[in-house]
Amino acid sequence: MIALIDYKAGNLTSVRKAFATLGAELYDPAFPRDLERAEAIVVPGVGHFAATSALDGGWTQAIRAHVAAGRPLLGICLGLQWLFEGSEEAPECPGLGLLRGRCYRLHGNGSLKVPHVGWNSLSLARETPIVKGVASGSQVYFTHSFVAPVTDDTTAVTEHGEPFAAVVERDRVAGVQFHPEKSGDVGLQILRNFLDAV
Amino acid sequence: MLSKRIIACLDVRSGHVVKGVNFEGLRSAGDPSELARRYNREGIDELVILDITATIEARRALAQTIHAVARELFIPLAVGGGIHTEADAAAAVEAGADKVSVNTAALTNPTLITSLARRYGSQAVIVAIDAKKSGDIFAVYARSGKTSADRDAVEWAREAEARGAGEILLTSIDRDGTKSGFDCAMTAAVSSALSIPVIASGGAGTLDHFVDVFTTGRADAALAASIFHYAETSVRHLKEHLHARGIPVRL
Repeated sequence: MIALIDYKAGNLTSVRKAFATLGAELYDPAFPRDLERAEAIVVPGVGHFAATSALDGGWTQAIRAHVAAGRPLLGICLGLQWLFEGSEEAPECPGLGLLRGRCYRLHGNGSLKVPHVGWNSLSLARETPIVKGVASGSQVYFTHSFVAPVTDDTTAVTEHGEPFAAVVERDRVAGVQFHPEKSGDVGLQILRNFLDAV
Repeated sequence: MLSKRIIACLDVRSGHVVKGVNFEGLRSAGDPSELARRYNREGIDELVILDITATIEARRALAQTIHAVARELFIPLAVGGGIHTEADAAAAVEAGADKVSVNTAALTNPTLITSLARRYGSQAVIVAIDAKKSGDIFAVYARSGKTSADRDAVEWAREAEARGAGEILLTSIDRDGTKSGFDCAMTAAVSSALSIPVIASGGAGTLDHFVDVFTTGRADAALAASIFHYAETSVRHLKEHLHARGIPVRL
């Protein structure tokens, strides 16, 4: 069973639908203690980083315990950003801090528009389980203004005036900045890879 | 590099896809799910379902149609037409829409843009603007192009962005259904004034019309209906044409 954490940052219908199509059973944990039985956790979310403050306290502790036990976690969009130490979007809100670095606003170098909305390509920095079967250059659907920095934990990079982390991985913790549930076959392949690891 | 998006619009009435010329004289173009499947196979980047008669007949967007299309597609799906309240938007989102498009209701009650953006995030809120050239400005029309809104399109688009819109869907009333090309001057005027993406709509007739709207029109995305519905142009063929001319697309 996979826990989908709904902290009211955006609508999760599409995420649920994509996992259902892949045959995965999701459940909605009502309390942090409900995460004890999770084989894996998905932290989705769109919108302002401050929304992640709903995860402070008990949720953060339960998620840390889950990760410390070596069980998989996938962060999607805002969920990826939350894996880092924090974001300049809401400096007062700490992130989960599993990954080093802080998120920042895209600069829109070269008069590019921010938010970054639409299909853009993944440059794979390394071969890992989460991107198995995904060709470098594959396009996925993004919609965001803030990004995570490229670090040793970056599996795939995307450019929008500057490079940023599109896929991150450390041990059994993974994150994607794009929306795999809206990224056609490539997105479904990445979700399938995550499920295979569970 | 960020791709220019090609969006297919399904103008739906009573569960069927229809397409008119200048918003009048509708003729049937098929089953929405069937069309959506075909476009997805051909590589469409996004779909819009527009309940075109909703505003006039005060009908709500067709949840059943949305559900049928959303069930099998894993690309962004926007729904518009007849979304007047948060409850209307919620019905569309629950049926499977990723984005809702508001037009007349946003003009009448601009705070709706902000309340929808707070509830679903700006990325889920499209403000649709129907406009046509009027002297030196582009004049906005409400109620499916029937009533003047006494607004300038550039100024209204800026306000919509400030109120929390995530994208602007800009339709040229003059060009809609004519296949004489997008209104590149209007699109460029609005797109240059905003940070959020502008989807150009109305007038697609040839492959080069898309080239024009992505270059001189400065559009971030282009939407078309009839050019795809009657299989005059496949999405793949269009994208190959754009790619050959140096325009970034998802192939």
